[in-house]
Parts: sequence; structure tokens; C-alpha cells
Amino acid sequence: MESLSNRKKVLEQKPLTFMERMYLPAILKGMAITFMHMFKKKETIFYPEVQREFSENWRGMHSLKRDEQGRERCTACGLCALSCPAEAITMISAERKKGEEHLYREEKYAAVYEINMLRCIFCGLCEEACPKEAIYLDGPIVPADYLRKDFIYGKDKLVEAPLQS
Amino acid sequence: MELSLVIEKFILITGIFAVSLVVAMYSTLAERKVAGYLQDRVGPNRAGWGGIFQPLADGIKMFLKEEIIPAQASKFLFIAGPSLAILTACIGSAVIPWGSNIRIGDRVVDLQVTDINVGILYIFGVVSLGVYGIMIGGWASNNKFSLMGAIRAASQNISYEIAMGLSIIAFLMVTGSLSLRTITEQQHGFWANGWFTWYAFQQPLGFLIFLVCAFAETNRTPFDLPECETELVGGYHTEYSSMKLGFYLFAEYINMFVSSAVMATLYFGGYNYPGMDWVNATLGPLWGPLIGVAVLLLKIFFFIFFFMWVRWTIPRFRYDQLMNLGWKVLIPLAIANIVLTGVWITAKHTLENSVSIF
Amino acid sequence: MNISVFYLIAFLSVFFSLMVIFAKNPVHSVIYLIITFFTFTIHYILLNAQFLAIVNFIVYMGAIMVLFLFVLMLLNLNKETEPVKSLLVKLAGVIAGMCLLVVLAGSLKAISTSAKGNPSTQEVVQNLDLGTVKYLGKVLFADFLLPFEVSSILLLSAMVGAVLLAKREKTEIS
Repeated sequence: MESLSNRKKVLEQKPLTFMERMYLPAILKGMAITFMHMFKKKETIFYPEVQREFSENWRGMHSLKRDEQGRERCTACGLCALSCPAEAITMISAERKKGEEHLYREEKYAAVYEINMLRCIFCGLCEEACPKEAIYLDGPIVPADYLRKDFIYGKDKLVEAPLQS
Repeated sequence: MELSLVIEKFILITGIFAVSLVVAMYSTLAERKVAGYLQDRVGPNRAGWGGIFQPLADGIKMFLKEEIIPAQASKFLFIAGPSLAILTACIGSAVIPWGSNIRIGDRVVDLQVTDINVGILYIFGVVSLGVYGIMIGGWASNNKFSLMGAIRAASQNISYEIAMGLSIIAFLMVTGSLSLRTITEQQHGFWANGWFTWYAFQQPLGFLIFLVCAFAETNRTPFDLPECETELVGGYHTEYSSMKLGFYLFAEYINMFVSSAVMATLYFGGYNYPGMDWVNATLGPLWGPLIGVAVLLLKIFFFIFFFMWVRWTIPRFRYDQLMNLGWKVLIPLAIANIVLTGVWITAKHTLENSVSIF
Repeated sequence: MNISVFYLIAFLSVFFSLMVIFAKNPVHSVIYLIITFFTFTIHYILLNAQFLAIVNFIVYMGAIMVLFLFVLMLLNLNKETEPVKSLLVKLAGVIAGMCLLVVLAGSLKAISTSAKGNPSTQEVVQNLDLGTVKYLGKVLFADFLLPFEVSSILLLSAMVGAVLLAKREKTEIS
């Protein structure tokens, strides 16, 4: 049958010549190549001491952002939890009391906000879903730990540090 | 047998054991280091300076792991397998001459455990026995993949032993002796009568065949089909854990050390090196031979490095390719080598005789 | 010392050859057979026949028994698959075994009677060079050349037969 795209190429497989069937020249060539690699610059990055720069679209640990006045942006709407395909996010909302305006931007805020880092797949859908631009996956790698319960990150670990000065 | 001889041999045996075990231990580190360097990495470097304690850490880990014996396995044979593997790996070094005789005072110390007059054949026997460790372990695991690995090991070892034996026959036609001490002494120095004295230069084809067969006998890549992960899970040691697995892995490295020593002794002059007469004359009868020992160890280290270098360069053979190479290439080549050697020896004899007639 | 070693090894070889027969599992049986061959190797060494010892070691222990073990492991024999032997076969086995015993006893007796008058059998152990490769080669290629070559022809014919058998099976399949 005629090829439609006209890009098909039939590869020609010649039988091996005697030199090729000897294997040895090819083996020696390969070994020379690997030997030369011994003297090349090593690609290893010594991780805990040296850290590689993250790429621009890197998604790491979540952080809950504050606005310009240092107030928490999150309004506990639950859209992030709803959008999360791994169901890693839970939260309990609370109403902002009088005198707490300098802490929370909206009238409703998240009293408890937990992300289970063992469930999270770092897809970034929570980031997309958030109407208040409160959550971003711009942190570093989530560190290892020994217990499952220590992987459930609360607000103490997630919320951005308060503004300086 | 006098007591001093017994003590001397005891010290020698202990020394050789210690050296071969330490070399095997550090081969595990060297393997990973070489693998790293050949792949533009650096290998393990956290335990101690440059990873120098990594083998110790691995050993401790091996000892502390849980020992599992499969429920339906034959328990005695399951334990006997790795023991046999490491035993046969260790006894091979008994006939290798580690250096020429040292003289301490008026006492001559022989740096060879025993000089039996069938030295090469002894090594062959030990090598052929080595496959039992794998076979028994693989069968006793009561696991199909282990059994397949064991059977592969057996057929591979037997196939390559034939080619190895044939290559050695041509070698023996040149040397005229089976004793490793005599063979080493025949390769004295480096250059004599207008040609190299080392047998690698007189038997290049035989050396090549021997080298390939040595790779197959020690189950090293590209001939490591008995432990082919892609097809057999883990091969003959699938069911093994803890130090029993460690023994299998360790036996491979000791085998590598011994076969490197055999190759260095048979084909690369053992403890001989260029200019050894001058060194021996200047340094005296104690330090001269000891430098010979160091030279032999250097050659062994080179061969161990070569084993690793090949391992991280050449991919594994397919099983039918392996058998084709063994039976249809290496064995005819080895037989051709025997014929060539015979023709060469006869031609040399007639030439020498005719020269003496004229 | 030598004689006590001999008795120990002789006991071991008899013991393990009995174990070959009495072991229930065929694989265990083969392993006992390997140990029996190993004791034979030690016997050869005691007789100062180094070459024979090492060849026994390589060929029997290292190659033939590996093949035995190989086949038995693949077959996975057990009690259910064992064929029932008829009385006739058992009887034939007993008679053949008895014949072998008679032959062995007779030959041993002949040796022991000839040894009394003939000191040459004593010499066998005394001559230290007797078992070396050099001596063996000279004897094989000078005194026993014809039997040696005939046995090589026997091996060749066996090899040809094996190749033929393997070939014929292939054509049947296709």
C-alpha cells in the first residue's frame, strides 16, 4: 500500500561484515568511550550541602500567603479541597471576630488548614482553584520524616511568616 | 614436618586469606566507584573519607538483616549453598605463587602455600566445583526462578569450562609444565631471546579465550545470566537474605580476585616485571621478592578493574547468543589455537635442529 | 598416620555410597554421590596419584555430576512420578549386583594372592613419580598407545552418536 504521508522509509539491514561479527573492535571502541568518561566532569550534586536551583514552574511545598498588610488571604471557601484530586486538603472555617481585622483579610478564615503531604501529588490544582490567590506551591522539597502523622502539615507549617517591619 | 614449617605455612595462609577477603571487601566499594566514574557520577562517598568505610557499613547491614528461610525449602541445602560457594572461592588461591622465595637470615620462605605438580588442574577443579554452591542454593530455595538461575549457571559453567580447558591445553604445550611455580619462573623478566617472556604475547588467542571464559566462570557481565534481573527476578539468590546473600555476592568478588590472580600468573608473568634482576640485586633477598609480590598485586588490581570496566560497558548477552559464543566460536577457536601452537612448536624445533646441522 | 586416614576415608566412602542408595530424594542422592566421588579423590591422593585425583575431581565431580544434578533438578522427581518396578526387573538387579560382587571379590583375592609372592605391587606406593603427569604421559603414549587411541575412537563414536540423536529429533519436530 502507498504511504499517505510519504515519509515512510524502509530501513536497509545489511548482514554484518566479518569485522562486525568479530565483536571485538566494537567492544574495544565501547570500552574506550567508557574509559574516557572517567576523566569527564562529574554531574553529581552533593545534595544537602549544594542544592540545585528549582525550575520556574517548580511545584514544591505549599504556602498560605498573606496580603500587603500581613493578613492571611485565605477565606476558607474550600475550593482548593474540592479541586484536590488526591483529597489531601481539609479545613475548618471560622468567623472573624472584632479586633481580628489585622490578622485575616476576609470575614471568614480557616481556623484549621491541613494538607496531608503523603496524599498530595503536587499537581497545583489548588493553586489554580484559589479565588483569593492565597495558596501557592512555591516552597522547597517536602522533607522526609519517620511517622505518618508528621506528614500532615497544619497552619503552623503552611502559613507564610508575618511581614517584617 | 617440622614445627617452623607449619607455623610459616599457617602465617602464609592466614595472610592470603586476609588479603583476599579485604580485596573482595573493597572490590564491592571499587565496583560502585568504578561504575560511578564510568557514568560521570562519583559513587558512594559518605561513609568515611571518600566512602572508605562503605564496605564495613554494608557488612554490618548484611549481618543485621533478617534471615529468611522459605517454608518449603530444604533447610540444610539452603544453608549449604552459600557456604559451598564461599568455600570453593577461597581455596582456589592455594596454588598461586605470590612471590619468589624470600630469604630471612638462613631460612628460605616459599611464598606459595603448596606447589603441587598439577597446579592448573587444581584451579580448574575448584572452579568447576564452584557451580555446586549456586546449583544447590538455587534448587533448595524451592522457587522456579531460583532453579532457572541455578540451571543457567550450571550449563553456562560447563560450556565455558570446555573452551577454557582447550585454551589451557595449547598453553601447556608451550610451557611443558602444570606447576604454577615453574610456569611463573619461565616468564622471568620481561624480554629474552628477542621476544617477550610473558605468555600473553606467545599465546594471544589463548589468552583471549581464557579471558572470555574467566568472565563466564565468575558469572560477571556480560555473562551474568544466572542472576538476570529482567527475566529471573534475582536469579539463584532470589530467596536469599541477610549474610547468606552476602556470601553469594562476596564469593563472586573472591572468585574475581582469584581468577585475576590466575590470569596474572599464567599470562602476565606473575611476580615478574621488567628489570627485576637489577632490583633484586640492589635490594637484597628480602625486599626484592616483596616488590615482586606488590607487582603481582598491581596486576591483579588491574584485572579486577578490567572486570568492572567491562561490566559497566557491555550489556548482557541473550542466552542463545551466550551458548552460540561458547560452543560455536570459542571451542573451534580454542581447537584451532591448539593446532596452530603445535605447528609453531614443531616448526621452531625443526628450524633449530636444521640450524644446528648446518 | 596414612593407614588411619585411609580407614577414615574408606569408611566415609562406604557410608556415603550407602546413603546414595538409601536417600529418598533423588537430588539428595546425587549430592551424596558427589561426596562419595570426593572421598575417591582423597583415595587417589593417598595413593600418590595426583593427576588421576585431579582428573577425577574435574571430570566426575565438576562436569558429570553437575549434569546429573542438572537433569534431576529439571525432572523434579518425587514419589508420585516414580514408576513401579516389576518383580522381574528387581530380580535382574539383584542378580547383576551379585555378579559384580563376585567379580570384585575374585579380583581382590587374585591381587592379594599375587601380592604375597610378587613385591612389585608394593612398589606402586613407593615410587613417588608414578602418579605425576610426566610419567603418566610417557606410559600412555609409549606402552599403552593402542588402547589409548582406541578409547579415543570410542569417545568420538559416542560423540557422533549424540550429535546424530540430537539431529534426528529436530527433523521429527519440524
